[in-house]
Amino acid sequence: MRITTPLTDEVIEKLRAGDKVTITGTIYVGRDAAHKRFMEALDKGEPLPFDPKGQIIYYMGPSPAKPGKPIGSAGPTTAYRMDPYTPRMLEQGLKGMIGKGNRGPEVREALKKHKAVYFAAIGGAAALIANSIKKAEVIAYEELGAEALRRLEVEDFPVIVVNDIYGGDAYEEGKAKYRMTNDQ
Amino acid sequence: MREISCQEITDTVARLCIEANYYLGEDVLEALRQARESEVSPVGREVLDQILKNADIASREKMPLCQDTGVTVVFLELGQDVHIAGGDLYEAINEGVRKGYQEGYLRKSVVDRPFSARVNTKDNTPAVIHTDIVPGDKLKITVCPKGAGSENMSYLKMLSPAAGRQGVIDFVVDCVDRSGANPCPPVIVGVGIGGTIDQTTLIAKKALLRPVGQPHPDPEVAELEREILERVNKLGIGPQGFGGRVTALAVHVETFPCHIASLPVAVNLQCHSARHKEAIL
Repeated sequence: MRITTPLTDEVIEKLRAGDKVTITGTIYVGRDAAHKRFMEALDKGEPLPFDPKGQIIYYMGPSPAKPGKPIGSAGPTTAYRMDPYTPRMLEQGLKGMIGKGNRGPEVREALKKHKAVYFAAIGGAAALIANSIKKAEVIAYEELGAEALRRLEVEDFPVIVVNDIYGGDAYEEGKAKYRMTNDQ
Repeated sequence: MREISCQEITDTVARLCIEANYYLGEDVLEALRQARESEVSPVGREVLDQILKNADIASREKMPLCQDTGVTVVFLELGQDVHIAGGDLYEAINEGVRKGYQEGYLRKSVVDRPFSARVNTKDNTPAVIHTDIVPGDKLKITVCPKGAGSENMSYLKMLSPAAGRQGVIDFVVDCVDRSGANPCPPVIVGVGIGGTIDQTTLIAKKALLRPVGQPHPDPEVAELEREILERVNKLGIGPQGFGGRVTALAVHVETFPCHIASLPVAVNLQCHSARHKEAIL
């Protein structure tokens, strides 16, 4: 299934844990340090440096781009570290996140409540993923280097739905299918 | 007495930083190919296909296998008969990291003041350097970029000696289980048993340098490795945690004598982007 940004509720309602989709359009990139700054802005009642309504954040810090390339290697970072910030971002209208690794129960509940989806990209397939990124620019927090806030234009970026709005979890479902007891 | 210059050390470290980040070792590639053949989960096989495709792209395009080009861990085997000339050995290594991470378009992922401001050092230094003094007149340098996804899934437990062999196995398997998809499976499980905690964790990391799947030369340790691997691959986590039977490519155990009252066990997980390159000067 090919989905485009911004994400609508209509599309989100169709997505189920384990679905393989591709994403085309604008996505935002931020991770630990940028999210800390987002919270500080929200605490002060200041606007965020981007409008998160309907958008997707990709948890990623790229390696430097070689001349002539839009971005370096660009695979996902581990998402649980952004858990403390996520419910508030969802309250602001964020509709999707791309990372890797499982989210905690609070985030999974917030996804159901705010109708948002968590996707995984393949960790370590960073050179392959870079091929889906056509344009990249830093839009805030430039001094954070690899952790700056970026806007990307992506085309057919392959991801897997980990958590849908119905409580599905691709990691738990996958593990249950292949787990064996010691005497099996 | 043989002289090795700091300049040669710097240039070698710079080259190894780049090579380790661009080119996956043949032993790792072979282990991934075998995993692809034996994995029963369709999504698991697809993930392994993507990982192998990624290694091919990285090698051809000369770009990092993973954007997390890691903290630079450097192992030195310094011959007793070597004289390091023209500077400070550890400075020369850090200069090599600085050079390699700049010229190789590698990510600078190291911050100072970890507990407060977390200011990026901008050149990926300082490297984490471990030195063994050995007989001879050579200097062997092994550069291992270690990313945080796997490194954050590190564990240490001071078991009671009563826990025994079964306690060790249960602990290691539980560590891999708890880590789930986070360390980017399929992983290589580095295990250290014995020593004092500094030694336990060091040998767990050194265990990751072994060619993938090469058993420990001691048959009793090799049997332990085999048993842990079998249990780990029954967890069902699979490639990237989407479910499957290849959760680990290998388990490498290193041991060291320990105190009569202790049974320390350390687990250092290595992701599928198992990167290390060596040179002998």
